[in-house]
Amino acid sequence: MSKSVLMKGNEVLAEAAIRAGCTHYFGYPITPQNEIPAYMSKEMPKRGGCFLQAESEIAAINMVFGASGAGARVMTSSSSPGLSLKQEGISYLAGAELPCVVVNMMRGGPGLGGIAGSQADYFQATRGGGNGDYRTIVLAPGNVQEIADLTVQAFDLADKYRMVVMILGDGYLGQMSEPVILPEPDVKPVPKPWAVSGAKGREPNKVMSLRLTPDDYLEKHNIHLQELYKKVEGEVTQSEAYMTDDADYLIVSYGTSSRIARKAVKMLRNEGVKVGLFRPVTLWPFPMKELHDLSKKVKKVLTVEMSAGQMLEDVNIAVNGVTEVDFLGKLGGALPEANEIVKIVKSYG
Amino acid sequence: MHEEIIISGFGGQGVLLAGKLLCIAAMREGKHVSHIPSYGAEMRGGTAHCKVIISDEEISSPVIEHPTIVLALNAPSMHKFEPKMVEGGLMLYNSSLIQDKPSRSDIRVECVNANDISEAAGSLKAANMAALGYLLKVKPEIASMDALKEALDEAISARNKKHNPVNIKIMEAGYRS
Repeated sequence: MSKSVLMKGNEVLAEAAIRAGCTHYFGYPITPQNEIPAYMSKEMPKRGGCFLQAESEIAAINMVFGASGAGARVMTSSSSPGLSLKQEGISYLAGAELPCVVVNMMRGGPGLGGIAGSQADYFQATRGGGNGDYRTIVLAPGNVQEIADLTVQAFDLADKYRMVVMILGDGYLGQMSEPVILPEPDVKPVPKPWAVSGAKGREPNKVMSLRLTPDDYLEKHNIHLQELYKKVEGEVTQSEAYMTDDADYLIVSYGTSSRIARKAVKMLRNEGVKVGLFRPVTLWPFPMKELHDLSKKVKKVLTVEMSAGQMLEDVNIAVNGVTEVDFLGKLGGALPEANEIVKIVKSYG
Repeated sequence: MHEEIIISGFGGQGVLLAGKLLCIAAMREGKHVSHIPSYGAEMRGGTAHCKVIISDEEISSPVIEHPTIVLALNAPSMHKFEPKMVEGGLMLYNSSLIQDKPSRSDIRVECVNANDISEAAGSLKAANMAALGYLLKVKPEIASMDALKEALDEAISARNKKHNPVNIKIMEAGYRS
């Protein structure tokens, strides 16, 4: 087994991407994810890859479009306001069914907001900030090891389904260092017969998101996309249940806030309160069935997130009225406190 | 053993490196560790800090609300974090730069002349190393001095490795003080 090393979340993400066969990175700097482009700028040239700092986020996402269209494993990363700028490109990538990995280390908004970690881009990530009926797979790591593991998975999922896969972290996760065992370099080359890779001896491939003729071309394409998304919903859902077997109360939380919720669960268990934690790892597709089944067994569900209540909507859809759903949200980069969660859960008893 | 440590000082005093060294030393001795830097709009001369957890058990949350140890390398840091400490926590402050004393009577207080020790042992810049050495003297359960010295090798880039011998000397001087 490889030795664990102490590394920052952002640097782990960059290293894991290279080990997963990412050959092209395009980005534009923004705190709190600057260690990703910094790492890429140092490592990509040494390891046969391409690092390019674009003139803007919009340029970077369109370079991703180009590289992906040509068949490369490609990634871009940014933080919240930067992701807003990338939305048009993400919609085009989805329209053209181009695989890529997009990273958002969220910070507080709206607007330029602040630089402290936040979870206020859940809607943007899971509902799509761009136009049209499209979905992106959204992976939400909860610790530095999971950043490594999910980054490798993100590239594989992107190529498998020809979709945009978003890694949705936050400033705290990007900045924290924890011991990590880096994945062994393992690139599984996926044939990309659709790529614009030189048409000598074959019909030219077209990569595009404009579909005007025949009249039903766009409709048929959208039906195909929806069938693809249905398939993804059935195949890639991931979640973690912690101390839920005998739980009377269930906390639902992801990313950094789930770490604090986990601490609160331990504190409450020490006092004999039967409480568990459900942590969605895929935010789209959201683990609806898993949460629904758990919520049937508890007296109350408490959603904890660093937003005004965005994942809360998916929790409500999943619980679907079988039990009461309560909410604790922190705004603008503030963190929930474990003591606060403990107090709320104790008030249920 | 479960310690929630805040290391704080002026930007440039090496508080982030000090935290990283503690983490690596403890990690190599089988402890669970986590490290979060402050990364606000920090400026030269302002304060910087990091939050370090070292534990025998898996770390649920890397966020520190109430530190069990504060290592304060300058006065603003001591004043900022003292009120947040748990009862019975350890305040270790740099008495080379801090004239005041902590006001709370329900915490353990230790001080180390970190800048003076550093200067006497050969460098003006390594008060952080002196303070780490002293911290391991009063809290040996965090990590051994040997592990701390080896952590330098792991954490320091090739370009700066030439400073390791003097840093080790200063750590040892802090430990013995």
